[in-house]
Amino acid sequence: MKLSREDVEHIADLARLALSSREISRYREQLAAILEHFQRLQELDTEEIPPTASVLPLRSVMRDDEARPPLQREQVLENAPDTEGGCFRVPAALE
Amino acid sequence: MSATEFIRLTIHEAGRRMAAGQITSVELTEAVLDRIAATDGAVKAYLTVTPEQAMGQARAADERRAAGERGSLLGVPIALKDVLCTEGIPTTAGSRILEGFVPPYDATVVRRLKEGGAVIIGKTNTDEFAMGSSTENSAYFATRNPWDLGRVPGGSSGGSAAAVAADACVAALGSDTGGSVRQPAALCGVVGLKPTYGRVSRYGLIAFASSLDQVGVLTKDVTDAAVLLGAIAGSDPCDGTVTDLPVPDYAALLTADVKGVRIGVMQEAFVEGLQPEVEAAVWTAVDRLGELGAQVREVSLPHSDYALPAFYLIAPAEASANLARYDGVRYGHREEADSLDGMYKRTRGRGFGAEVKRRIMLGTHSLSAGYYDAYYLKAQKVRTLIKADFDAAFEEVDVILGPTTPTTAFGIGEKIDDPLQMYLSDVFTLSMNLAGICGLSVPCGFDQQGLPIGLQVTGPAFGEQRALRVAYAYEQAYDWRARRPDL
Repeated sequence: MKLSREDVEHIADLARLALSSREISRYREQLAAILEHFQRLQELDTEEIPPTASVLPLRSVMRDDEARPPLQREQVLENAPDTEGGCFRVPAALE
Repeated sequence: MSATEFIRLTIHEAGRRMAAGQITSVELTEAVLDRIAATDGAVKAYLTVTPEQAMGQARAADERRAAGERGSLLGVPIALKDVLCTEGIPTTAGSRILEGFVPPYDATVVRRLKEGGAVIIGKTNTDEFAMGSSTENSAYFATRNPWDLGRVPGGSSGGSAAAVAADACVAALGSDTGGSVRQPAALCGVVGLKPTYGRVSRYGLIAFASSLDQVGVLTKDVTDAAVLLGAIAGSDPCDGTVTDLPVPDYAALLTADVKGVRIGVMQEAFVEGLQPEVEAAVWTAVDRLGELGAQVREVSLPHSDYALPAFYLIAPAEASANLARYDGVRYGHREEADSLDGMYKRTRGRGFGAEVKRRIMLGTHSLSAGYYDAYYLKAQKVRTLIKADFDAAFEEVDVILGPTTPTTAFGIGEKIDDPLQMYLSDVFTLSMNLAGICGLSVPCGFDQQGLPIGLQVTGPAFGEQRALRVAYAYEQAYDWRARRPDL
């Protein structure tokens, strides 16, 4: 299982992870080894097998539409690194 | 009572003594806090100890008892893995990215413990976001195995397992996504139970892999596992994945009678790489259960070999989605940058540790365009085969027995640079999470170096009672807990 440096940089970009050059080299090596090991799954013929996403039969849970006290805004904002005017504050996303 | 007698009490023994007026929760809590002070510098099981809150809860529990209230957990000091949200108490998931995070609410299981009058003694160390098998992936420090401080306690609930083994709490909660309760329980010589997927609420459990995660219990004996499971199980309006099946009174239903119980021994566990002393201890335990009247036979789970690759594709894929929420906006650590995207990337690049980033990368890759079918979808199909193996086996037997881990506790640093070797220490526990069934580890002996060995008892979905019954029968006949680590 080969992974190029560009592959690893692309994955890191998709995952929004800033990695050092050393990390990229290390993950390139380790991910390749792990994926190589996992190639053995291809030994199994699963053409006719349905996938399992969850072991439980998922069902909708209904409840009465009654208002309940929510967390207070201050509580929710208390853990934020930066807030302003009752909102989360982040670097500008638009020009 | 001596301090040693106090700290060795189980939930049920402490409850009995408190009910008889022989001891108080304040005395018990003080003894446990003293034990933590004396041993945790060496064991390092706790990330946070909460003595003031614990003593307040102990006094309140004694008052509730004096007012006539009863309850199996009333006044009992319990430790919580630091992936469970606790209102007003820092909750880190063992990660720098959550350093300083103080949840505004309690996880459902924590709320249930508090309502039952339990004393919350502190938060235990964990591999970062429960990803690991040794607790070395904690961003804060590695926890030590109380039986040999040069060895790992297992993981990821290594702090909880070590605290129980060191008598630095009466019992603890953990979480188990691929063995993270059972594996450290085995390596620390305590009982660890992973309930069926859907048995216990995950509301307030910091998510790792949502189709696999389950809250579990780590205790000093099987009776306590039954008591604690009964206290946390059951439906929850805050978690749609919990079933509304009634919760049996697990503790009251315990019986040491295993006559006629059909036990299957998992053939695939006895392979190369299994430590001979572990193999011998497990077979001895199987023979003894046979002598107690159980019907023993071998069972085959033919796709067991594929559980590890399937697990390490599915769990990281789910983790890569779950951990997208750590972006430096609403809680936790932030690294400043000029752009929003730059802030996300720097925050996550610095806030997460090596193993968490490795799994996010693996998961992102297996979900990405061009790789989804070959990796993620393939793994989900193999999951179907693994579940079908268990369904077929449970047509023929009531429980499945095998070793919990291939070896006893390994050395600190021994596997940390080799992710695949580390992953292999969960090779016998992963498949139960993929199948969504229940399992526990109960001590079944020691190797020549004096390190504990765990017997894994696996039950079908919602078959906790069966697994507990077999483990209880074994424990009543062969109690290994008389031997304690020398701390």
